[in-house]
Amino acid sequence: MTSANNISMRFKIYRYNPETDKEPYMQDYVLENVTPDMMLRDALIKLKAVDETLSFRHSCGEGVCGSDGMNINGKNGLACLTRAHELKQPVEIRPLPGMPVIRDLIIDMGQFFHHYRSIKPYLTVNDPVPEVEYLQTPAQREKLDGLYECILCACCSTACPSFWWNPDKFRGPAALLQAYRFLADSRDQATPQRLAELEGPYKLFRCHSIMNCVNVCPKNLNPTKAINGIKDMMLKDMF
Amino acid sequence: MSIPIRKFDTLVIGAGGGGLRAALQLAQADLKVAVVSKVFPTRSHTVAAQGGMNAALSNVLPDNWHWHMYDTIKGSDYLGDQDAIEYMCRAASHLVIELEHQGVPFSRLDNGKIYQRPFGGQSQNFGGEQAARTCAAADRTGHAILHALYQQNIKAKTHFFDEFFAIDLIKDQNGFILGALVLEIETGEPLIIEAKTTLLATGGAGQLFRTNTNAKINTGDGLAMALRAGIPLEDMEFFQFHPTGIAGRGMLITEGARGEGGYLVNKDGERFMERYAPHAKDLASRDVVSRSIATEVREGRGCGPNGDHVMLKLDHLGKDVLEKRLPGICETSRTFLHIEPSEEAIPVFPTAHYTMGGIPTDRYGQVVVPVDTGEEAIPGLYAVGECACVSVHGANRLGGNSLLDIVVFGRAAGNHIIKYLKENRYHRAIDEASVEKAMAHLRRWDQTGEGESVPQLKDELQTIMEKNCSVFRTKIVLQECLNQVLQIESRLQNVRLKDHSKIFNTARIEAMELENLVDIAVATVTAALHREESRGAHSRIDFPDRDDKTWLKHSLFFKEGRRLEYKPVRLKPMTVETFPPKPRVY
Repeated sequence: MTSANNISMRFKIYRYNPETDKEPYMQDYVLENVTPDMMLRDALIKLKAVDETLSFRHSCGEGVCGSDGMNINGKNGLACLTRAHELKQPVEIRPLPGMPVIRDLIIDMGQFFHHYRSIKPYLTVNDPVPEVEYLQTPAQREKLDGLYECILCACCSTACPSFWWNPDKFRGPAALLQAYRFLADSRDQATPQRLAELEGPYKLFRCHSIMNCVNVCPKNLNPTKAINGIKDMMLKDMF
Repeated sequence: MSIPIRKFDTLVIGAGGGGLRAALQLAQADLKVAVVSKVFPTRSHTVAAQGGMNAALSNVLPDNWHWHMYDTIKGSDYLGDQDAIEYMCRAASHLVIELEHQGVPFSRLDNGKIYQRPFGGQSQNFGGEQAARTCAAADRTGHAILHALYQQNIKAKTHFFDEFFAIDLIKDQNGFILGALVLEIETGEPLIIEAKTTLLATGGAGQLFRTNTNAKINTGDGLAMALRAGIPLEDMEFFQFHPTGIAGRGMLITEGARGEGGYLVNKDGERFMERYAPHAKDLASRDVVSRSIATEVREGRGCGPNGDHVMLKLDHLGKDVLEKRLPGICETSRTFLHIEPSEEAIPVFPTAHYTMGGIPTDRYGQVVVPVDTGEEAIPGLYAVGECACVSVHGANRLGGNSLLDIVVFGRAAGNHIIKYLKENRYHRAIDEASVEKAMAHLRRWDQTGEGESVPQLKDELQTIMEKNCSVFRTKIVLQECLNQVLQIESRLQNVRLKDHSKIFNTARIEAMELENLVDIAVATVTAALHREESRGAHSRIDFPDRDDKTWLKHSLFFKEGRRLEYKPVRLKPMTVETFPPKPRVY
C-alpha cells in the first residue's frame, strides 16, 4: 500500500556467513514503502523476502518470546517492539555484542543459558508438599513483579561491560535477575544456598551498577535493582 | 552417507507446555528423554498465552469439575469426546496446584490463594450464573507456566536439542514409530534420533492465515509429519478465530480483558453482544462472539474509516485494575497502537488463533487410527496439545482450556509412555527405507535453478485461506478455495532456494515449514467443504444449522487421495451421565 506517510528507509546490516565470508561486513539495504505502523521485525522480514540469505531469529512478533534481540543503532532491543519510522537512518543493525556470532544477526547464546541454568532457576521447597497451593499474600506476590516477566532475550547481559570482560565468570544481569526472582519468592526455601552460590568476586560482585541493563531491557525490568537486592540479602546474612 | 544416531527412550518433538510437561514426567521417572525444539524452549508459543488456565478451584465463586465439564462440552458444540473432557476437568485442580508448587507465580487473592477470573463460556450449576474458573498470573499465564516447566526440566536434567528441526518420523514396515530425522539448524547436519516412543507436541498451525495471533513458528509441523506418515488428521475444519485480535495486526488481546469487565461496542457505541447472547453477553463462547463481530461489520455497524472492526472498551475499569490484572495488554496497546487502554478503546476483529483439530489420540495421548473394528493405537507414537485432537475442544475451544489441555495430557501421555516402555524395553531395528525417504524430503531443497520463492507462495496461501476459509464459509467459496490451495500445492514443486548454505539456514527451515502449511491447508479446506452443517467455529452460510443426525461425528482426513472418513463422537463419559446434545444458547 502506498500512502503519503510511507517512507523509504536505508539499513546497514551486519553480515557474516562463516562458510563464504572471511570476515564480517556491513551490507546496505533499501526498503521502500515502510508504513508508520511497521516494526523493525516487519522490515527485516521484507528485506529477507528479497535476500533470503539474511538471517536472524524471530518468532512471536509481540515481545514475549525473546527471539529477536539485536543491536539497533548502537542500542540492544527487540526488533518486534521497535517502530521502524522512529529509527535514525541508515539504521545500523548488528548482532547482540560480546557473544560469538553464528551467522549474521544470530549469536551463540550457549554461555548466556549456562549462567541461567547455573543459578538453579527453579523453586526449591524442602517441606512436605501440601495438597493445596502454597499461600502467598498479594503483597508477597507483588515482590515478584518486575522479575518473573524476563523473556531471556539477552539484551541486558550483552549490553553489560562487566559481562563483556568476564563472560565466563560473571553471571550477568539476566541470570542474576532470575536468581533474585527466587530469592524474593516467599515460597522458596533455598535462600542460604542461593546466596552462598553467588559469593566471591565474580559471579555477582562484578556488577558495578553501570545500569546498561536497565536502559535496554525491552520489558522495562530492572536487573540492577535485583542485583542490589541480592547484595542486601547477603549483607543481612553476614551480620 | 552415514547419518549420526542418538538413542533415547523417548523423543519429544516440541518444547511448549505439552512437550515439557510430558518430558518432566519421563525425566522424573529416570527415563532417557530428548526434547527436540526448533526454537529455544522458552520461545515456544505457550509463552504467549495470556488469560489463564481453567480449574474448578472455587477460590472466588462456587465451582466444581462437573460444571466445568458441562461448559466444555457445550462450548465444543457437542463434538468433544466426553470421556476425555471428564478426565481433563477432573484433573484440572490437581494440575494447577502442581504448577503452583513448581513455582508458577500465580496472581493472588487476599486470602493468599490463587486468583481466578471469569472467562467465556463458564457457568455455575450447568448453565447458571457466570463462573470464575480461570487461574491467572496477571495476563502472562502462559509465560509463567512455560518458564516454570522449563525450569523444572532443568532440575530434572532433561536432555534438550535446542534449535533442531524435525523433518519426518521414521516408521518401520510393521507400523512402529522409531523416532525422527531431525536437522541441527546451526550446522545444517541431519541427525537420527532413535526412540522407543515418540511424542509430537508441535503446536498449532495459525500461520495458515494471513492475520493471526500466532508466532511465526506455528506452522503445524507435527500435523504435517503425521499426514506424511499416513496418519489422518481429525476435525481440521474447526479453526478458532479469537474475537479480539488487534484489527489488521493480529496481536492477541486476552479474553481476560472481557473477563475483568471489558466489553465490545459497534460504531453506534452499542454493546451489541447483548443482542446475540443476552445472558452471557461478552463472555459467550469465542465462536459466538467472533460471529457476532463479523456480523456487525458485515451489516455496516463496524468502526473506523473502513467500518472493518469493532472496539473493545476497557477504560471504565480504571488504570489500577488494568495495570494490575492486564499489564501485558496495556503494553501491547501502547507499543503497537499508541493507545492507552485506560483512556481509549482498542480496535479488534476475529483473528485466526487455535487449531481445534489435529492428530487423533485417545485420552492417554496415544495416536489412534481407524481399523475395521474401531480404532487402534500406533505403537510408539503419542501426541499432545494443540497438534493433537483428543478431542476435548470439539468444534470450539473454551478460553482457558488450552493451557489446561497441555498440562493434563502432557502428563497423561508421560504416564502412558512409562507404562509402554515397561513392556517394550528394546529399540527396534531402524528402517533404512524410511530414513532414506525423510532424507529425500530434506535433499529436495538442495535443488538449484530458477523458481518461485517461499515468501511469495506463503503470502498467497495465507491470503487465500483468510479470504475463503475464515469465520463464515460457503460451498462455492470453499470449492474455489480448495482449487487455489491445490494450485499452490503443485506450484510448491517449482519453488527453489537461492541460499544453499548449511549454517543456520533459516530460508531452508521456512521452506519446509511452508510445505507443512500447504499439507494442512489442503486438510482444512477439504474437511470444511464436506461438512455441510454449522457447528462451533465451522459456520456455513449455506447450512446455518447444526445437524446432529448426520454430522455428530469427527472427520478424519488422509493425505493419500485426499480421502475423508468419519468416526463417532465418544458421548459416554468415564463415570457420569452423558450430556446429550441440545440447542446451544448463551
